[in-house]
Amino acid sequence: MPEPYTPADDVIAVQRGPEPGGVGGAYRIFGATLKGLRTTFGRLAEQPKTIQYPEEKTPVYPRFRGRHKLQRFEDTGLEKCVGCSLCVAACPAECIRVVADENTPENQVSAGERYAAVYEINMSRCIFCGYCEVACPFDAITMGHDYELADYERSDLIFTKEMLLADPIERTPLRREGE
Amino acid sequence: MTPIGAEGVVLETTLVQIVKALVIFGVIFSVVPLLTLLERRLIGRFQSRLGPNRVGPGGLMQPLADALKLLSKEQSSPATAVPWMMAIAPVIIVATAVTTLSIIPFGPQGAWGGDLGLYGIDVSIGLLFFFAFGSLAFYAFVLGGWASGSKYSFLGAMRSAAQLISYEVAIALSLLGVAMTAGSLSFVQIVEAQDGVWFIVPQFVGFLIFMVAGLAETARAPFDLPESDAELVAGYHTEFGGMRFGSFLMAEYVEIISVSGVATACFLGGWHGPGPVELAPLWALLKIFALILFFIWIRATLPRLRYDQLMSFGWKVLLPLATLNVLITAILLVVT
Repeated sequence: MPEPYTPADDVIAVQRGPEPGGVGGAYRIFGATLKGLRTTFGRLAEQPKTIQYPEEKTPVYPRFRGRHKLQRFEDTGLEKCVGCSLCVAACPAECIRVVADENTPENQVSAGERYAAVYEINMSRCIFCGYCEVACPFDAITMGHDYELADYERSDLIFTKEMLLADPIERTPLRREGE
Repeated sequence: MTPIGAEGVVLETTLVQIVKALVIFGVIFSVVPLLTLLERRLIGRFQSRLGPNRVGPGGLMQPLADALKLLSKEQSSPATAVPWMMAIAPVIIVATAVTTLSIIPFGPQGAWGGDLGLYGIDVSIGLLFFFAFGSLAFYAFVLGGWASGSKYSFLGAMRSAAQLISYEVAIALSLLGVAMTAGSLSFVQIVEAQDGVWFIVPQFVGFLIFMVAGLAETARAPFDLPESDAELVAGYHTEFGGMRFGSFLMAEYVEIISVSGVATACFLGGWHGPGPVELAPLWALLKIFALILFFIWIRATLPRLRYDQLMSFGWKVLLPLATLNVLITAILLVVT
């Protein structure tokens, strides 16, 4: 004959309420229902939490990594990018393409000796890791706040230098500190 | 032909009755879409959301968009289905649901002058009429579920049948107390008997039982097991598409209105309220509307019961409670 099961001292028995059937259960159901009704009514009394998306946008954090931006010097208007291709080397998704060219006195594009004649980012491959921003020695490429990047054609998702230099059409709302 | 009617009631002409039938149809089929919208928006607010608000001002055109979508959908049916049975199931459920509404009283005879009674028809067996059509509705569930030739539909239909039978008894017993107190089965006479005190006061337990069993009868949350989408896809109407599916949904809302109407007539004093007798329908409608809001509130609050909980609650709690209620009412009536 097997030994009867005796729980050890440290075993705590589960506390159970009355079964759902029966009078005790019915009483418990009634009380719990009233409590639940109060809870849902509380939700009705407060304002909905919905953000009506196309009209209202979810604010992003200041360090949110969205669409890239190529920077210019504010005083001279020259591009910061010198076409060194370090971002290309850092990119794990291999979505950046840079073709560098020499600056000439007639055509001074950047502050250094060379500039990026072609600077393309394939947004359909980009994983928004921000390594390009870290790799850049001149802070020429930074991650912006735009996240509305959907398009109909894959080819439209290859952002050219002009697109990356331009300011975003719409400003993305920023979350306040501690929000 | 002698028209059926309660004793001593002057019946209207056939023409008036046809007009009333048309009015009931017209009003119901324009109110039900708005009710679906009201429910979706209210449940949204109960869950801190907004609900559908895009189509038209405040989402008012949403039911129209839904109806158009359903109408343009394919009426598919499985290879194992019985097509003609699948076709009549939605007809049965809509017909029975709307027929029940014809006996809900909105005002006494002659409130708006003449012999005009503000109800579809005053049948002398009102309560039995209500039960009869409530029970007929479940032919639609069983037919629809069985004729679909799908196991999920069939399981849903079996659940509906078991649930409806279990709660039909409780609902009948809860209204029996009212019928005994009023001394009549006619809804108009029941309402007239509540001129002083509404039956919710002497029959409070009956009211609670009726509300719970009414939720189960209309297969609303927390008793929406027949269509529990987590387990059965959608229950008996899984295989229905397009407006046939829409009919089942519509019938559910019509049933909510009729159960609210019966609760109003039997417990909340029907058309009684302050003001002249011409305002009678307003009071009845207000009470029905309040009950519908309560049903929606309940749906937003309670999770679905487990099947064994449903059965044990119906048979072990509601039925004895309802029987006890009837017994006590009977004893009190004999003593006083």
